[in-house]
Amino acid sequence: MSTSRVSNVASRKPGSRSRLSVGQRFARGGWKHVAAVIACVFALFPLVYALSASLSPTGSLLGSNDLFAEITGANYRNLLNDPQNPFLRWFGNSMLISSITAVGTVLMGAAAAYAFSRFRFRFRRGGLMSLLIIQMFPQLLAFVAIFLLLFSISEVYPFLGLNSRMGLVAVYLGGALGANTFLMYGFFNTIPRDLDEAATLDGASHSQIYWTIILPLVTPILVVVGMLSFIASFSDFLLAQIVLQDPQKYTLAVGLYQFVSVQFGENWGVFTAGAILSAIPVVLLFLFLQRYIVSGLTGGAVKG
Amino acid sequence: MSTTPARPVISPTERDSAGDGRPESPPSIRHSHSRGFGMGFVIKLVLMALINAFGLLGILSAWAAESWGILVFLLLALIAADLVYFLPTRRMLPAKYLYPGLIFLLVFQIFVVLYTAATAFTNYGDGHNSTKQAAVNQLTRTYEQRVAGGQEYPVSVLNADGDLALATVQDGRVLVGSAHQALSPVEGATVTNGAIDAVPGYDILDYGQVTAAHEAVMDLRVPVSDDPAVGALRTDDGRTAYPYTPTLVYDEQANAMVSDDGTVYADNGQGAFVGPAGEELRPGWRVFVGLDNFAAIFDPGILGGPFISVTLWTFAFAILSVALTFFLGLLLAMLFNDKNLKFRNVYRAIIFLPYAFPAFLSILIWAGLLNADFGYINQVLLGGTNIPWLDNPWLAKVSLLLVNLWLGFPYMFLVTTGALQSIPSELYESADMDGAGAVQKFRSITLPMLMVAVGPLLIASFAMNFNNFNVIYLLTGGGPQDLESTTGVGATDILISFVYKIAFAGGANDYGVASALSILIFIMVAVVSALTFRRSRALEEIN
Repeated sequence: MSTSRVSNVASRKPGSRSRLSVGQRFARGGWKHVAAVIACVFALFPLVYALSASLSPTGSLLGSNDLFAEITGANYRNLLNDPQNPFLRWFGNSMLISSITAVGTVLMGAAAAYAFSRFRFRFRRGGLMSLLIIQMFPQLLAFVAIFLLLFSISEVYPFLGLNSRMGLVAVYLGGALGANTFLMYGFFNTIPRDLDEAATLDGASHSQIYWTIILPLVTPILVVVGMLSFIASFSDFLLAQIVLQDPQKYTLAVGLYQFVSVQFGENWGVFTAGAILSAIPVVLLFLFLQRYIVSGLTGGAVKG
Repeated sequence: MSTTPARPVISPTERDSAGDGRPESPPSIRHSHSRGFGMGFVIKLVLMALINAFGLLGILSAWAAESWGILVFLLLALIAADLVYFLPTRRMLPAKYLYPGLIFLLVFQIFVVLYTAATAFTNYGDGHNSTKQAAVNQLTRTYEQRVAGGQEYPVSVLNADGDLALATVQDGRVLVGSAHQALSPVEGATVTNGAIDAVPGYDILDYGQVTAAHEAVMDLRVPVSDDPAVGALRTDDGRTAYPYTPTLVYDEQANAMVSDDGTVYADNGQGAFVGPAGEELRPGWRVFVGLDNFAAIFDPGILGGPFISVTLWTFAFAILSVALTFFLGLLLAMLFNDKNLKFRNVYRAIIFLPYAFPAFLSILIWAGLLNADFGYINQVLLGGTNIPWLDNPWLAKVSLLLVNLWLGFPYMFLVTTGALQSIPSELYESADMDGAGAVQKFRSITLPMLMVAVGPLLIASFAMNFNNFNVIYLLTGGGPQDLESTTGVGATDILISFVYKIAFAGGANDYGVASALSILIFIMVAVVSALTFRRSRALEEIN
């Protein structure tokens, strides 16, 4: 469509790019560099500010405004030595909760995608349609019901009820199928079925095909889904705040918020130190897996 | 694409049945079951044993806790699990792969959505959070008075498997009683200097434990004897107890609470006992209220005003967020889509950083930057002004959009970069041949091609921002608060943070209204998605 419209254009100016003079090229490139630098400053400045604040000696919001005037590790020391606010425990909790959620989401989502992609069964179409509809309803909206449900579960499985980390994981895993099965399903369909057939002829069982043939081939999408679900649960604030009540069980999101929800300005240095430390593993993970993520994003994934 | 030349038996089009909707897999594919007793079988047995143990444990505790709903669910789920994984039929194959995800989906997604829908039609909330029987019990406990001339009992608080009990020493004998059991002597307890050392079958709570369980201790009523007129022991400090008798009694015949001065509080049919002057006894209980919650949301006198303004701002916020991030992202993507640009990869990596940094942290950092009194932006960038970035209703909205732009533009940059690179360069070459200008190329090639790839992502991004609780709650808390409204709603509250305030943060935790509002959000998101859905390719992929 668009091509036909373009070909209707009457006048011709072939090769306009190659006729640029050196000066013009420089002007064009220079303009681009200025714009790029502005964009980079916009992107970086809050993060640089946070780094500077975490290293500042005063620890207050006002005192953090002299960027890198003086560098000390005092905020980091205070952060790590505060028995009231056990940062390392929160860090561990977050890592534990998000890792289990990520692994669980990948395992369950991939299994479901495999079933939808490779088997033909009666509720297949209806099942896919329902998933598509269900994923439109963010779990977040049902937080009142989640609170009440966990309250009832506490009586039966105390380790899965309110104020338990595994209970929070279970809640997150409830979103495992809805969120990303569809993304995976599309990817699974691109793996040719001859592979399954060949393996079947060689006597492989369906589980062997799944674990040893299909899963290794879909690794990129597994990485993306695992990563996104890790980030989503790592950043979740609302559900974690509702479920976890004991400071020893807080995640980083709930715990670090305590620093700033009371006496915003006073704990600023400690908070920024905590923010920098918590962000490092996630940022590294992101940069490390950047290639996969970009491909997954264009496939339709949204970071929470 | 599928190049396995060794097996030219069936042509790829025939074989790829993912799109042709045939009900059965081609006959050549036969998924056999795991045979023999290999490693996989052992793992399966161990896992199933654990699952059965877990399920049985749950069924037993549900029985003990009298949670019949959970019990029935666990029973069905366990039977289903055993059937799915042990029945030797090929029809169970898909279920084997779907079962784990489905269980979690059922409980934590579908059930909670249905439960939300059901709660939306009740008056569930503070003061209406349990059954009528529980409300009666609670009222009887709240309205009580000390028995005139009742003696003082020195007591210890005991614990037997989570059930609290009181122990006291009388005439050298140790008496123990709990909520269900009047004080009665026990054998084998030891006493030193009038203090109880040990009671068989119970743990004695020390001072710290009593403090920790303070509310449960306060709620404990231990009948002194089987005669209710003597009263029940109540302790406020865990050391001394006094007998109390209720001043308010439930009259089953009249379906009313009757006070000892003769006042009758009748059941008003709305989940509360109401006195002659219209005063309501708290707590009430949960009843079905039909569409009352929805009516309250739309009633201008109750929530109608805030609801309309919050809804408008929610749409504005979501649409503007998507539009701003998309245009900045696209601008940068086009800027960097030039292979001759030096340091292109450095720029890209830096722009990627806000996306990689956990959003909840960067939002809080922004809250500090924008702080009116001490923030970096006012103090340093603007040279010591006092602009109320987060405290003025309009500036707070602008700040939110700015922060959300910062959070979102790298994502749009990434996806539009990908989409731009996938546009075939021949299109531009032929446009050049036809003499199209830069603007025309953008309008006729870039934008249409881009929208095909990015369109569904924009919808998804809209849906996400529509419920973007984090950025609102962590940056402005929904504020600045509208002081004229009693609902606690603020100028930047979007629907989901409004729901949160109604349910948890306001004076009264009104779960019924909050659920009703959640249902309305569901409907709005669903309608928007459905409208745009028909254009997306998602549906075609299903077959």
